[in-house]
Amino acid sequence: MSDAPAETTATPSNGTLPRERNTGTLGLIGKVILLGAVLALAVYALPLLIEYELWMWLAVMIAATVGIFIIYSTKRFIPGKYLFPGTLLLSVFLVIPVVLTVGYSFTNFGDGSRGSKQETIDSIIVSSVQQTPDSKWYHMSVAVEDGDAAERGPYTLFLIAESDDSDTVMFGLDDSELAQWSGESPTIIDHTVTAVPGYQILTRAEINSNMARIQEVWIRIPGTEDASIKVQGFRAFEGRATMDYDSENDRFVRNDGTVYPLQLVGDSYCYSDPTDSSQCYQGRSWLQNVGLRNYTKLLTDSNIRGQFLGAFSWTLVFALGSVALTFIVGFFLALTLNDERIKGKKLWRSFLLLPYAVPGMISLLIWSGFFNPQTNPFGWSIDWLADPTLAKIAVFIAQLWMGFPYMFIVCTGALQSIPADVKEAASIDGSSGLSTTFRIILPLLLVSVAPLLVASFAFNFNNFNAIQLLTQGGPVLEGQFTRGGTDILISMIYKRAFGGSGADFGFAASLSVLLFILTGVLAAFQFRITKKLEDMA
Amino acid sequence: MFKKTFAAVAAVAMTLTLAACSDDAEKPAPTDVTTTDTTSTETPLPERGDADLVIWADANRTAALEAPLKAWADANGIKAVVYTIATDLQANFVTANQAQNGPDIVIGAQDWTGKLVQNSAIVPVQISATGVAQSAIEAVSYGGQTYGAPYAIETLGLFANNTLTNVPAPATIEDMIAAAQAGGSAGVAENPLCLQVGTTGDAYHMQPFFTSGGGYIFGTNADGSYNTKDVGVGSEGGIAAAKKIAELGASGVLKTSIDGSNSTSLFNEGKCAYLVSGPWALAAMRDANVDFALSQIPGFAGMGPAVPPLGVQAFFVASNAKNPAYAQQFLTDLLKDTTITKAMNSVDARIPVQDALATELQSSDPVLMQFLDFAEHAAAMPNIPAMDAVWGPLGNAEASVVGGNDPTTAMTAAGNEISSAVNG
Repeated sequence: MSDAPAETTATPSNGTLPRERNTGTLGLIGKVILLGAVLALAVYALPLLIEYELWMWLAVMIAATVGIFIIYSTKRFIPGKYLFPGTLLLSVFLVIPVVLTVGYSFTNFGDGSRGSKQETIDSIIVSSVQQTPDSKWYHMSVAVEDGDAAERGPYTLFLIAESDDSDTVMFGLDDSELAQWSGESPTIIDHTVTAVPGYQILTRAEINSNMARIQEVWIRIPGTEDASIKVQGFRAFEGRATMDYDSENDRFVRNDGTVYPLQLVGDSYCYSDPTDSSQCYQGRSWLQNVGLRNYTKLLTDSNIRGQFLGAFSWTLVFALGSVALTFIVGFFLALTLNDERIKGKKLWRSFLLLPYAVPGMISLLIWSGFFNPQTNPFGWSIDWLADPTLAKIAVFIAQLWMGFPYMFIVCTGALQSIPADVKEAASIDGSSGLSTTFRIILPLLLVSVAPLLVASFAFNFNNFNAIQLLTQGGPVLEGQFTRGGTDILISMIYKRAFGGSGADFGFAASLSVLLFILTGVLAAFQFRITKKLEDMA
Repeated sequence: MFKKTFAAVAAVAMTLTLAACSDDAEKPAPTDVTTTDTTSTETPLPERGDADLVIWADANRTAALEAPLKAWADANGIKAVVYTIATDLQANFVTANQAQNGPDIVIGAQDWTGKLVQNSAIVPVQISATGVAQSAIEAVSYGGQTYGAPYAIETLGLFANNTLTNVPAPATIEDMIAAAQAGGSAGVAENPLCLQVGTTGDAYHMQPFFTSGGGYIFGTNADGSYNTKDVGVGSEGGIAAAKKIAELGASGVLKTSIDGSNSTSLFNEGKCAYLVSGPWALAAMRDANVDFALSQIPGFAGMGPAVPPLGVQAFFVASNAKNPAYAQQFLTDLLKDTTITKAMNSVDARIPVQDALATELQSSDPVLMQFLDFAEHAAAMPNIPAMDAVWGPLGNAEASVVGGNDPTTAMTAAGNEISSAVNG
């Protein structure tokens, strides 16, 4: 954190004057421009956030803007000026996602339960609209009376049946019955009403943008109870909703009398299918709180728990193994190239850095091709990625290739900082080359490199790309369907949330929370180890 | 160190919340980006811009739709755009639509229908089905309601490389293998058959063999609807099919190293005698000047016929479409005549659903129209949401059987997995 220099950099020792001097005209202009930009951004974002109803982000934005103004427009809050950017980014990119993930882990969020209950009810009704058996299709014109706004209505629909060559004009208002138009004679072009005295006919663009309101216009078909004019595109037909929501009993009733009662199915409430009460009607439910059920499923379902533990132990092996392998190779190469007898060190070092310079994504895709007998250029017939053990070895090989240059750089740097007289003293004391390396150089090197090893472990612990791009978690393990042979925790969670078998965000969120806790514990543990090493030094 | 740890944890949390919270959830790639990054969860959404009609599709269909869409939009005096969503089109559409940031229309396969309805992501359309194959309309119908405008169907066929085999249309799988091993004028191919399996399986492409061996996905009720209680994967038939698939795996006819990314190109390079694929493979095959023959996929000798899966491509109107009227009008106009579908077909060849266009193509592209015959023996992929729980485990089990695992164990486990996911 960069709060330390706040007081020390700006002020020489003699009192309060100099700070004034530092904020010259240029500084003031800079400040005004920056604060102005912040304000402009906020003003720009405000209506957008309101339009998309992103209330939480609206609150964050307002708080951030107010915070920026309070902290940066005055001369006070010096430490705050330095702390604020970091804190803001931390909360936006870390705290909020974590809070949201934890929140979702207590819900059934997933396929069939993404929206609100009202959205589900509305959608069931809309989806049930059917054409009446003898439905006519109409050329539709939408009109408002002169003086009314096209955006507001009330709308009058002028309809000419497509089957009617005599162009009889029908019309209807909201909550009325379809009737023949007997007012002043309308202009008809191409079977469509284009002008009616006293009315303003909406353009197609106006119909398009006001569709939601136009579709609410309810014009009953004469001689029926519940059939009405339904608008589709720039045409209309006679139809009826076959599902009716009974708000009193909170259930659906189909027009043939079938009842779809509210029922608990699995974790969630929904309107259950009368033919099979263990299923939700069309699989539709809505976002709801399920309490701790995601966590109990995780802890009590032996299959899921087994997969989680299996993935966890492989994740540890993968992370530790990656660090150990890359370190050993990197250290050995650094040691070799640190010897005075080697010629062309710079050239060798540049070569060794090449794998590090290639984007990881590309390396991984190339390696995945190498391990496939169909596409590898060496004529190997071994299908590395088909066997769980070989696939794991393949993962390590790719990891080693991509990771050793980093360890090589780090070790080279650390080796060069070890004073030559240490080695000299060791050799004078009669230590052999090997024992000097392992008893003297390595411990000294570890003091500076250990924190990086720990960081590398933590990085690999959640190294999603290394698995997903190389093996996609495969091969398949017998009888297991969420976890493949090389799936680490994070790639398993990804499959659970976004994989082929339907989105299950709620459950995946609970897995993430568990992973979060695990990583936290590991980090604390590593922190202690590093501290010990520092104490040693 | 802490920074890195937390950055990693944050990545987890972010990945989930990005998809979770509706505001930031959208992640598809913009139209002209062909991304190979299978994890592209952070690529930005295409801007809606000021277009009056926005369509999302995969890369093939974007290319095909661009010209006819522009013509249609000009005729209607509006501006229409089509965007490519390179990865996870369905999931991205559902999420973006929920967040009111989605398109007006999405092009997808009919087996999406149930899932899209379940998520309240699409609205029904009443379309005139005159001159359109009834089976295609049924494929996009769900719960007695029509949800999309179908425009093309696709199924699988067997391609033979005429220089690597002398039997262009083998009658059984066994005949096919024998013919491949006998070779042709250019010798014996490295692989007798290219059928994409991959390490995690591909249940779609395996479906012909699976059905020939006696497997099925769901049983049907008396009224023709699917009975999700009757899961065919772990059934006797499913296990019998898996045993035949295991034999093919053991003899090296099926390989997990052949996957979606290399199957067609291996065939085009002359490394496979036969290829199981669909009409989408035709263009590359013609470009590569492969001397090929197309025939119906054979079944195992003495067992049932191979029933390839039938896919129907359709236009769906989004429930949160900003331009519902233009979207619905487009769907109506799409099937009114063959102007749009014919133009699409000239770029991206598929089997048309309109009789008029089918007749026309019969003479101009008879090879493509062979697929229409295969389609008659194909079975539409079920469009119920439960299918989501099927493809993964079934594919996994088949891949593991190809890899040498015990068929009975694998299929029983997959059947249980599907059953528990579908029936709770």
